[in-house]
Amino acid sequence: MSRLTIEASTPLCLLQDAGRFGVRHLGVTQGGAADWRSMSWANWLLGNGLDAPVIEITLGGFTVVAEDDCVLALAGADLGARVDDEPLAPWRSFRLNKGQRLQFTQPLLGARAYLAAPGGFDAPKVLGSSSTVVREELGGLDGMGHALSKGASLNYSGNSVMLLRKLTADQRPDLKLDTPLDLVLGAQIGEFSGQSLFDAFNSVWNVDSRADRMGIRLLGPALQYQGKPMISEGIPLGAVQVPPDGQPIVLLNDRQTIGGYPRLGALTPLALARLAQCLPGAQVRLRPVVQEVAHREQVEYLRLFLNH
Amino acid sequence: MKLRVEVVALDCLMVRLFDEIAEANMPWMLAASESLRAAFGKDLIDLVPSYTTLMVHYDLTALSPTQARELIAEALIDLSPNARTRGKCHVLPVWYDLSVGPELSLLSQRSGLAMEEVIRRHSEREYQVFALGFAPGFAFMGLVDEALAAPRLSTPRKKVAAGSVGIAERQTAAYPVVSPGGWNLIGRTPAKLFDRNRDGYSLMQPGDTVRFEAVDHAEFINLGGDDTPLEAQA
Repeated sequence: MSRLTIEASTPLCLLQDAGRFGVRHLGVTQGGAADWRSMSWANWLLGNGLDAPVIEITLGGFTVVAEDDCVLALAGADLGARVDDEPLAPWRSFRLNKGQRLQFTQPLLGARAYLAAPGGFDAPKVLGSSSTVVREELGGLDGMGHALSKGASLNYSGNSVMLLRKLTADQRPDLKLDTPLDLVLGAQIGEFSGQSLFDAFNSVWNVDSRADRMGIRLLGPALQYQGKPMISEGIPLGAVQVPPDGQPIVLLNDRQTIGGYPRLGALTPLALARLAQCLPGAQVRLRPVVQEVAHREQVEYLRLFLNH
Repeated sequence: MKLRVEVVALDCLMVRLFDEIAEANMPWMLAASESLRAAFGKDLIDLVPSYTTLMVHYDLTALSPTQARELIAEALIDLSPNARTRGKCHVLPVWYDLSVGPELSLLSQRSGLAMEEVIRRHSEREYQVFALGFAPGFAFMGLVDEALAAPRLSTPRKKVAAGSVGIAERQTAAYPVVSPGGWNLIGRTPAKLFDRNRDGYSLMQPGDTVRFEAVDHAEFINLGGDDTPLEAQA
């Protein structure tokens, strides 16, 4: 068993895996890494299952010291990581020798970095998952939904892969936002005014500072829903709901399980992974996509993880 | 029943069974849930029931949207509610008291009924669990006697005690854990509504029925209830 000790942390540094499934009918949220793609690559670099527990570091402020020689992997945002005084770029596995310090300082590109360990970090499974949901007091190192805290030990049990790897240019996700975010059109799309439909897909949307693991608010022209009030129903990951003020909210992993606001539809998993890396003030566009096409693209993307 | 299947996300479809909230929906909802679970088997990731709909979240690596639609169509042919698909019936003890249910007086004023009559009307009905949501184990139940219906508080409380029983419009619910909340509180139950160590986790499941039973302070304490007044916890 190898060990890291946390020297600094914030309420936004959380143990996460792919999420909690099979219990949403009980009101239990999905949870899981907000950027599933970066989590998957971090695990892939070490030969782990893609859903092994990782550390999600949002914005920085996280430091660990190695108590043993370790091989770890880093993917996702560039949060100005340093091993002692050496800068460490993401999308690679790396050595952290006993006594060395890994520090995340500030966001340089993207918002969330994922740190993986061989076999995944040790944590109890609660309702089938180690995902930390603070609001529901589920998951994390002690199973009670606490964020990672200073002084805590991080353990893992897998064997270190000796060969260090880094993603090729083809594999490495682009965290910049030059292309629009794909949105699968939902059933209420026809209930928005014509002008609102035009605005939804032809405007620049600003990512609001009101953004957390439940949802990210987008600021732009007010969208107008003209349908009947809705009865609460299940909400999928990535749903773009429009409350009465007309400003859309993209619902993320820790969203409530049911809700009654009309929706434009839902972002695709790849679009959601990109949005999860946006800082407040970022500008995004939306693009409608058909469910079958989005499905084929997702299946195609998942094939990348089959190469070793 | 006017069944529709709608797109909600890349790997989710909404099965819409009804247009209005009604207690009579529930046997159909349960039968449809059971049939969908059987049809999707291991390819079902989650099935989220709510009042009039069932959201099917399936494994996109196993099924295309077209295949998922076909499974849904097959599962719902010749659907009929039967005795097997009836939910459980729960009796929840409640200590109705102003110290833990301050809106008892508000509901009494609104309805012109004495507080004892408000309590009697709340505890005489058998309610359906329409959906769970808001928090793990939080069951939306109804329908409450029309005279007791009241809108949510204009300013939600930052902290509502675990076990608090409330009313919002014609629905009633009990808070499983301490949380913010805007329902009109009328009492408190000592029942543990969500327990990670219990089989099935949540005491109440969608489609179950629930009756509230008024208990006095001594019995509430006897059953393990916490009588700390609401204001003292805020």
